[in-house]
Amino acid sequence: MRGPLAWSVAAAALAAALLGALAVGRFPIAPAQLPAILSGAEAGPAAIVFWNIRLPRVLAALLVGAALAGAGAAFQGMFRNPLASPDLLGVSAGASLGAVLGIFLGLPVAAVQGMAFAGGIAAVAGVAALAALVRGRGEPMLLLILAGIALGSLVGAAISLLKALADPYNQLPAITFWLLGSLSAATRGDVLAAAPPALAGLLLLVLLRWRLNLLTLGEDEARALGASTAWLRGAAVTGATLATAAVTALAGAVGWIGLVVPHMARLLGGPDLRRLIPLSMLLGAAFLLAVDTLARTMGRTELPLGVLTAVLGTPLFLWLLARGRRG
Amino acid sequence: MSEAPVLAARGLSVGHGRRVVVPDVSLALRPGRITCLLGPNGGGKTTLLRTLLGLLPALGGEVTLAGRRLADWSRREVALRLAYVPQAGAGGFAYPAREVVAMGRAARLPLLAAPGRADMMAAEAALARLGIAHLADRPVTEISGGERQLVLVARALAQEGRAIILDEPTASLDFGNQARVLREVRALARRDGLAVLMTTHQPDHALLLADEALLIAGGAARGPAPPAALVTVDALREAYGVEALIGTLGGRQVVAPAI
Repeated sequence: MRGPLAWSVAAAALAAALLGALAVGRFPIAPAQLPAILSGAEAGPAAIVFWNIRLPRVLAALLVGAALAGAGAAFQGMFRNPLASPDLLGVSAGASLGAVLGIFLGLPVAAVQGMAFAGGIAAVAGVAALAALVRGRGEPMLLLILAGIALGSLVGAAISLLKALADPYNQLPAITFWLLGSLSAATRGDVLAAAPPALAGLLLLVLLRWRLNLLTLGEDEARALGASTAWLRGAAVTGATLATAAVTALAGAVGWIGLVVPHMARLLGGPDLRRLIPLSMLLGAAFLLAVDTLARTMGRTELPLGVLTAVLGTPLFLWLLARGRRG
Repeated sequence: MSEAPVLAARGLSVGHGRRVVVPDVSLALRPGRITCLLGPNGGGKTTLLRTLLGLLPALGGEVTLAGRRLADWSRREVALRLAYVPQAGAGGFAYPAREVVAMGRAARLPLLAAPGRADMMAAEAALARLGIAHLADRPVTEISGGERQLVLVARALAQEGRAIILDEPTASLDFGNQARVLREVRALARRDGLAVLMTTHQPDHALLLADEALLIAGGAARGPAPPAALVTVDALREAYGVEALIGTLGGRQVVAPAI
């Protein structure tokens, strides 16, 4: 029985990550204190730290991890490519440009996040429009990917330009920090703002998860089985983009999660998106929470989240590839 | 005299964009009968198949499915009547065979639903009908090419349409698996009463199975005609550029290349 085992592994990983994340930190909270804090019996400094700092950050990590991994699983299936990740169609690049522009213009934090979200959506809408423009010249999936690469490099150039023009003492460090991804500044308000679009996007993917399997068969086969592929593809891209743009606005550009975690989930639970999408979300939440806990506790200063996910993600990915070849 | 065709083409021109690859194809797929589509690679067989499936627009003439213009049906409505068996490639994700067959039920399911118990039973019945029930739990990436091809035939059966189109179901199969797949294709028509169209590289398969055959070569379609009338030494030389031997073996016409 592959299913129950996969779910229990994911649930155990999530529980362990949660317990660790809530307990450790600059202000340690003993797990034994948690019931008292949760019930409201404890109102001392531990409770204040818990409700105002630790819990929002933990929720942010869960949201970011679940969204990136769920979107990654959907994209890998839909593009029939295990190297696809949620930023394939330029959502991270677009969000980065939005955020960098916001920092460059000296906008407040909330506005920077809003611009990141809008930038991510706009980039993917641009890619979809580009692909529609050259429709009929090839396989629609391939056109989307090529349009994503083209627009991505243009956006990359724009980001470089803004970095070159930015004030090197204040703006440039802020831009660099944002591009590396971090949850250190995540507040309760940030989480509440990012949650609705992220959860709406994930809900769309979860609801359509069986039918998205049809897209893994390729355009002709899916249509011959009765699927409206254009509609399904549009729905999947919309869901994945909403989720990714929302959490990128919250955490910055955090790479690797959307690529690596679906591979772990596939190894545990097989390729059926009916199981793979929710399982990826659980594992992604656990993985990012664990990495973020490391990021804030490992060194004297906090490590950038994006750096840690890359450092941990690369060897994990190579190991998964080597394993997959043998299995 | 014979039953009404499930799928019919009249004066059909097929091609890509505005470029016509094969003009003026007419054919009719009737219940219980097998039509074989022959012709060299790159001659337009696949283009014709994709047009008949409604995956490519017709460039002229018309295709009708159950008496109504194919283009007027939705994808779901087409899938309820017409199933497609692609060539079984080696790639793809490692779904268990049962799940692959259950995908044949997609047109019968609401948008947000997954196959239920009745669908899984239909999937298992289809596997059993092809004698591969024992493969139900095996990932399709780990079974042989012939078995994978039969799984795709089972998926088409689970679709419960009235016509089935197979794209070179025996290509890249060994001798034994070719015979097994051909036997099942014949049963689809004779036992299940489906209207069957298959393409093949082997003119002999047309002699073996088909009620009618079409030969597509050099930008023109010949037939439909009885296979023995279409598969001649002269026609094969013209289409494939090689000499062929045609003789009688085991009480039937057999064709083999002469090299």
